[in-house]
Amino acid sequence: MAKMKVNGEAVELDVDGSTPLLWVLREQLGLTGTKYSCGIGLCGACTVHIDGKAERACVIPVDSLSETQSVLTIEGLSADGSHPVQQAWAELDVPQCGYCQPGMIMAAAALLDSKPEPGDADIDAKLPNICRCGTYNRVRRGVHRAVAINKGRKS
Amino acid sequence: MATEQLSLTRREFLIGTATAGAGFSLGLYLPFASATAATAELPPEVNAWVVIQPDDTVIIRIARSEMGQGTLTGLAQMVAEELECDWSRVTTEYPSPGQNLARDRVWGSFSTGGSQGIRGSHDYVRKGGAVAREMLIEAAAEAWGAAKEECSVAASVITHRPSGRTTTYGKVAAAAAELFPPEQVTLKDPKDWKLIGKPVKRLDTLDKLTGKQVFGTDLKLPGMLNAGIRACPTFGGKLKSFDDSQVKAMPGVRAVLRVGDDAVAVVADTWWQANTALDRLPVTWDTGPNAQLDSASIERMLAQGLTAEEAFVGNENGDAKAALKGAAKTVEAVYAYPYQNHATMEPMNATARWTPERCEVWCPTQNGEAALQAAAEAAGLPPTQCDVYKIHLGGGFGRRGAFHDFVTQAVAIAKHLPGTPVKLLWTREEDMQHGHYHPITQCRLVGGLDDKGELVGLHVRISGQSILASVNPKWMTDGVDMFTFQGMLPDGDHAISYTVPNLLVEHAMRNPPVPPGFWRGVNVNQNAIYLECFMDELAHAAGKDPLEFRRTLMAKQPKALAVLNAVAAKAGWGKPAANGVHRGLAVCKAFASYVAACAEVSVDAKGRLKIHRIVAATDPGHAVNPQQIEAQVEGSFVYGLSALLYGECTIKDGAVEQSNFSDYPSMLIDDMPEVETIIMPSGGFWGGIGEPTIAVAAPAVLNAIFAATGKRVRRFPLKNVDLRGA
Repeated sequence: MAKMKVNGEAVELDVDGSTPLLWVLREQLGLTGTKYSCGIGLCGACTVHIDGKAERACVIPVDSLSETQSVLTIEGLSADGSHPVQQAWAELDVPQCGYCQPGMIMAAAALLDSKPEPGDADIDAKLPNICRCGTYNRVRRGVHRAVAINKGRKS
Repeated sequence: MATEQLSLTRREFLIGTATAGAGFSLGLYLPFASATAATAELPPEVNAWVVIQPDDTVIIRIARSEMGQGTLTGLAQMVAEELECDWSRVTTEYPSPGQNLARDRVWGSFSTGGSQGIRGSHDYVRKGGAVAREMLIEAAAEAWGAAKEECSVAASVITHRPSGRTTTYGKVAAAAAELFPPEQVTLKDPKDWKLIGKPVKRLDTLDKLTGKQVFGTDLKLPGMLNAGIRACPTFGGKLKSFDDSQVKAMPGVRAVLRVGDDAVAVVADTWWQANTALDRLPVTWDTGPNAQLDSASIERMLAQGLTAEEAFVGNENGDAKAALKGAAKTVEAVYAYPYQNHATMEPMNATARWTPERCEVWCPTQNGEAALQAAAEAAGLPPTQCDVYKIHLGGGFGRRGAFHDFVTQAVAIAKHLPGTPVKLLWTREEDMQHGHYHPITQCRLVGGLDDKGELVGLHVRISGQSILASVNPKWMTDGVDMFTFQGMLPDGDHAISYTVPNLLVEHAMRNPPVPPGFWRGVNVNQNAIYLECFMDELAHAAGKDPLEFRRTLMAKQPKALAVLNAVAAKAGWGKPAANGVHRGLAVCKAFASYVAACAEVSVDAKGRLKIHRIVAATDPGHAVNPQQIEAQVEGSFVYGLSALLYGECTIKDGAVEQSNFSDYPSMLIDDMPEVETIIMPSGGFWGGIGEPTIAVAAPAVLNAIFAATGKRVRRFPLKNVDLRGA
């Protein structure tokens, strides 16, 4: 049995409690934006937010979560792709194959939530997600661009 | 998603025209008489490449596969350039390989490798757009009772110039579809291009930002079951037995199956259930003839080839051996390059549904036609009773082009469950251990200098694995794998960038029983390291500047020289770099493009490498989408430098030792240098984009490391090397 909030909605599922959150999202809830790639919490393709913090869903047993905990996936980041990170990514055409990008975007969004104007060292530290196509430089520019978009919204 | 089937019930006939060059006959369909109600919903295609809906949406059909390299957008630009349609209304779809088969390969090759997507089809896709444009204009002219010559078009709006009347493509598309295509069309002069050459946005970005993009791993079909698999980790080994008595009763498990002669699969309601059951399944392997194989034995096998009597000759002029004997000074070095995995972020997967009459497969593939062939063979059905629905790839890099082992397995599993779609997904560990690896080679180079320090002779002996011998011996030339000599050939797409007075380039083929495969760049990756690092060694031995030393050998390769000069100028070669920062150069012709790089690195007292900046230049002939070329150049450094820094698969007990990103690391964002890309298309030819730059990534960095430390690294990856100064 698993209980938690996913993208704002209370969820209660009859599932083996040792199942990683990743597979509950993908196979029970149909939220396939969160990707499987390494399964050992290394690559970041499965990055989601748990109570606002970037976490790797492939190594989190679903029974370690409680009903008060809030999971946010790429599908819940914005209704229409309008989160500043998504906007910045669109402006800069960041994705190549795109498989790592939901995780990359979720990691970037969590970084901006915790540090609205991150420096390059913060980006290095908080976006250790693997991209094999080679989007890193656009990801870095995208984070800086998202900061500017955020500022524009607030002013 | 390209799973929607086009109706093949519509009566159509093929008109072959001879408009296309290079032996390719552009087949055009002229559909007439929409036969059924079901097809009435679909607007008729204007031709194979173009469908236009009444609301002016333009659907451009793309035969090649999108795996991140941007070919989808580039090819759409090519068609749209000639079509003169409204770019803001363009969408794309993949025709299926089954449709291509049924229509006499109207879309040409589906193969997406060798940086061929655009350069291999630029002619006929532009003609496809031009033919459709002419038919649309003719339909409008006929409706107006006007002469076609009095009509012009821009952004999907056709104008009758004398009267000022206008109509749109969407309004005349159905009528245009009834017309015979023109026998000849003239393509635009490149100077008149409006869309080709523009840095337009990719067409596939938005769904990749919201999680909406459906990858093969994400596919869900009604009634679908999920499968996991374990194959014998030892190359050439077999499945002996498994004991399913315990796992059969585990939650969700539907079947435990032998797959082929070397694997066992579990089919379950969810993939996690299948994988959990597999983890608990006792399996016994017959490890077979390679159980003793290890990296040391492979290394000895290749080392023997460095001095063996017999070798294939890939490039020869003058008498290199005599020139070396008479040289005032000789330099000798031996390099070695390891096995590497593709490690696409999306592990191998395929979904299959099999019945005795029909087999369908949904999968990410770089070659839909090869996937169809694999599906048909596994299904035991003729290809005409099968089809493959292509899905954008979560990375390809060569893994998903020549090899469809994952399709063969998925169909074999689906055959046990007729009518039920089954999605097979490999674990990362399975992916790492059952690759088709970047081939392993060693290289011995001997160069001779005269008393003025001029190069008088060069002997290059490569020893190691042939991809073609393993993948398709029919592609070899009298037993020679010419592909092994990429970057060192006398002419062609992979010609050597230097004129060496006496040159001998040889390959002693040594094929260990580890399956090799094409890999982003493939043989230029190591060949450019061998040649470009050795050129630096020679320059150093001659007491000459590495740039000047190269320049004297490049007078007859002006385009290669131009990209080299461009990076040297922009990087400030010859001028002092920042304190502690050192530079290295590399140049190569690969996949018909000319590329060069200048890397700036520093190595601290503890031997820690920092790659600060890379200036890269590319002359691809024509630059279709400059911002995507920049993305591919940057990406080439990520893939190429990940390989240089970390990429190594070692063999023990006949199996790959690495299992995941923990022991097969990849570069992260903090390793990534700034990249400044110079795009300098000189026109007159079509070169590739996705792969060429990878050739210069590693050697430019290695030559900069030498400049920084005085150390020549000749074995890779760098994670194994102490870089503290010599």
